Amino acid sequence: MKKVGGRLTLLVVVVVVSVIFFIPSYQPFYQALPGWLKKVMPNKGITLGLDLQGGIHLVMEVDEDRAVEIAVDRSVVSLQDLLVDKKIPVESVTRTGRTQVTIQFQNAELKAQIQKMIDDYPTFLETESAGSANRLVWELREIEVKRIKDSAINQALETIRNRIDQFGVAEPMVQRQGLKQIVVQLPGVKEPKRARDLIKETALLEFKMLDEDNQLKLDLPARIPKDKEAEILKQAEAKLPEGDQILFERGVDKDSGREYRIPYLVKKRVMLTGDVLSDARVSIGQFNDPYVSIEFDAKGGREFERITGDNVKKRMAVVLDNTIYSAPVIQDRITGGRAQITGTFSMQEANDLAIVLRAGALPAPLKIIQDLTVGPSLGKDSIEKGVQATLFAGAMVAVFMIVYYRMSGVIADFALVLNLLCLIGALSALSATLTLPGIAGIVLTIGMGVDSNVLIFERIREELRLGKAVRLAVDGGYEKALLTIVDSHVTTLITGVALFLFGTGPIKGFAVTLCLGIGINLFTALIGTKVIFDLLNQRHKVGQLSI
Amino acid sequence: MLEILGKTNIDFMGKRRWAFLFSGIMVVLGIVAVVQISRGSADLGIDFSGGTAVQLKFDQAIRIDEARKALEANGLGNAELQEFGQENKILIRLKASTTIEEKVAERVVAVFTKEFPANHFVVDSSTEIGPTIGQKLQQDALIAILVSFAGIILYVAARFELRFGIAAALATFHDVLAVLGAFYLLDKEITLLVVTALLTLAGYSMTDTVVVFDRIRENLRMRRRDSEETIINNAINQVLSRTIVTSLTVVLVLIPLTLAGGEVLHDFSLALLWGVIFGTYSSVFVASPLLLLWPGASVRLLQRS
Repeated sequence: MKKVGGRLTLLVVVVVVSVIFFIPSYQPFYQALPGWLKKVMPNKGITLGLDLQGGIHLVMEVDEDRAVEIAVDRSVVSLQDLLVDKKIPVESVTRTGRTQVTIQFQNAELKAQIQKMIDDYPTFLETESAGSANRLVWELREIEVKRIKDSAINQALETIRNRIDQFGVAEPMVQRQGLKQIVVQLPGVKEPKRARDLIKETALLEFKMLDEDNQLKLDLPARIPKDKEAEILKQAEAKLPEGDQILFERGVDKDSGREYRIPYLVKKRVMLTGDVLSDARVSIGQFNDPYVSIEFDAKGGREFERITGDNVKKRMAVVLDNTIYSAPVIQDRITGGRAQITGTFSMQEANDLAIVLRAGALPAPLKIIQDLTVGPSLGKDSIEKGVQATLFAGAMVAVFMIVYYRMSGVIADFALVLNLLCLIGALSALSATLTLPGIAGIVLTIGMGVDSNVLIFERIREELRLGKAVRLAVDGGYEKALLTIVDSHVTTLITGVALFLFGTGPIKGFAVTLCLGIGINLFTALIGTKVIFDLLNQRHKVGQLSI
Repeated sequence: MLEILGKTNIDFMGKRRWAFLFSGIMVVLGIVAVVQISRGSADLGIDFSGGTAVQLKFDQAIRIDEARKALEANGLGNAELQEFGQENKILIRLKASTTIEEKVAERVVAVFTKEFPANHFVVDSSTEIGPTIGQKLQQDALIAILVSFAGIILYVAARFELRFGIAAALATFHDVLAVLGAFYLLDKEITLLVVTALLTLAGYSMTDTVVVFDRIRENLRMRRRDSEETIINNAINQVLSRTIVTSLTVVLVLIPLTLAGGEVLHDFSLALLWGVIFGTYSSVFVASPLLLLWPGASVRLLQRS
């Protein structure tokens, strides 16, 4: 028998540290602590996973290709502007394929002039093979495509974070996963649908001019029922003027409450986008109808002033994600950098619109590829049932151990409690998230802890049967069980590590508790209980062991 | 001293033919299950196949056939329904053919709001998983299993001998297959949690096997005269009370979890419960006899140094 002192100190230290980390996980007790103590204590307990407290878990993918297309489209627009400015007459500037810009022109003499102008766009590379006397083709450089894709996901992350912050969720998690996925976790959200819509909305705000001259020729109906958009688009397709598109305004009939759509012929060219906004807030109109008032930054304000000044008495459409919110007639040049977005929306919709406008647009649409929503009642249900069942199971095991091993069973039960305490303490210290599989991992650890004690006790019994003295029997039992316990723990640890490295989500949570539990088990089984046996022997020189 | 068993002397090895027969059947069943899963005709959970699951909790009892009719009338006829008796809960699952962009979960909720206006409900949980994620999960799970098996074989082979490692791995494989087979027979859904349970039971079964092997090794060093079969039998008999006590305690933990742990934990605990039973059986009747099948085993089991 070795000296007890050192090991006893270690055991006490471990217990104290575990208790310190454990306490914040049990809020009623933590709250009762005096203030000064709270300040020096760790303040974060175990976080409950979404399956336990309810909430949503979304995995989204940024449509990178679309982000590239959007970027090229923007270049096309600015090229058009540039060509107009320099008074170079071209037939068309279009995006071809995903990454190409094609310029068609009648006069072959213009070629050199256009080429020179494009030199200002170093991100594009001329594809001579695709060009001709009347056509020039540029391709977005590979490296630029990569940059756009990469910044698309970063920008999306940033935007989503902003939106969620403003939506107000306690402890949200927004993270990049792999190359192009974004994981969002919103614990305890009460309105999952609203949160999801808020995150997913691209929120690309654009100002576009109506093409009023051609609208009449197209003979568009004034109002169509919802769901008939595709039909209108198909009918008009052949007659659609170059550079125009049809967009719809959403409306609700006040009498019947039915939704309808108003088709408009709109010039594709974007006059201004939402990037230049500095603020957006909800205001209430004179008929108690909410609208969103927006404020431009300095540059945007000047630009808006110029555009409105150039287009007095014309109609401008306020377009959000390809839906027209309103299409007012510009009465006069608008100075001061303010405008309003009116439309038929509820207070909450107006609120959410203001949030997405403030937070900025997503660089490209998002695709939700995984969506887990757990209602708060199920979460509560699961945790109550899980905890109850675990406690009950623990109690049964504890009673069994005492019945079967008597006094030694009490020591084993002490090890069991120590195990749980250390495990939860360790999980809190790592600020790990406890999920249902995590609870399962804890249950497995309890099982393994008991197993270690059973192995040791059976070995001690064997030694006792051989007629050895208590002290020798205890030492012998521990010694012989040691290898077996280490072997069995290491094999399980291998599984645990493999699960941690290659598993995803809930499996990972399980693996964390399992691996921690194994380490703690080894400690309690080989040091924790042994110290107690040794102490008993030292103090009382036990003649007979109750095992 | 309270003992479940006194000193036993059971000839486990003598019964190995029966054990092999039984295990053979379970393994075949397990393999059938694996084949069915890879062909996509087993009940693979939506976490792997992709799809939608919505669980609703109603205020009043709802008839499942009426719920099904309502879904069919609204173009969701391919839904699978499951009810949780007393609590007025139903689970609606739709497999991968639908994509997440179609907002199936919202459609399901809309159908019930429209068709059962008098019966208020809350959405307990809704899960939508795109097919690509499901495939990735399947792949990840498979890799995790293969890596842990390789690791375990290596460790056991290093600590004992290659033959022990392979026997332990085969026995563990046997347990996983047997539980998978049982789940297939019971037409249970194979979800991510069930796979976690399978991996856990692999760990458990391995532990059990290692305990027996440890004792065999110990005895081999001490008693060089006895035949291999006797030594293995003795070792199993010596650890038998530990094996039974441990299994009993784990079963004691799992039974309340299975019966009262809530619907989420139920299948998980059930898989583990089966696993413990098979794991205990296999360490005695599969792993140990496999050692005897090794060529030259009757002459020499371990280098008895």
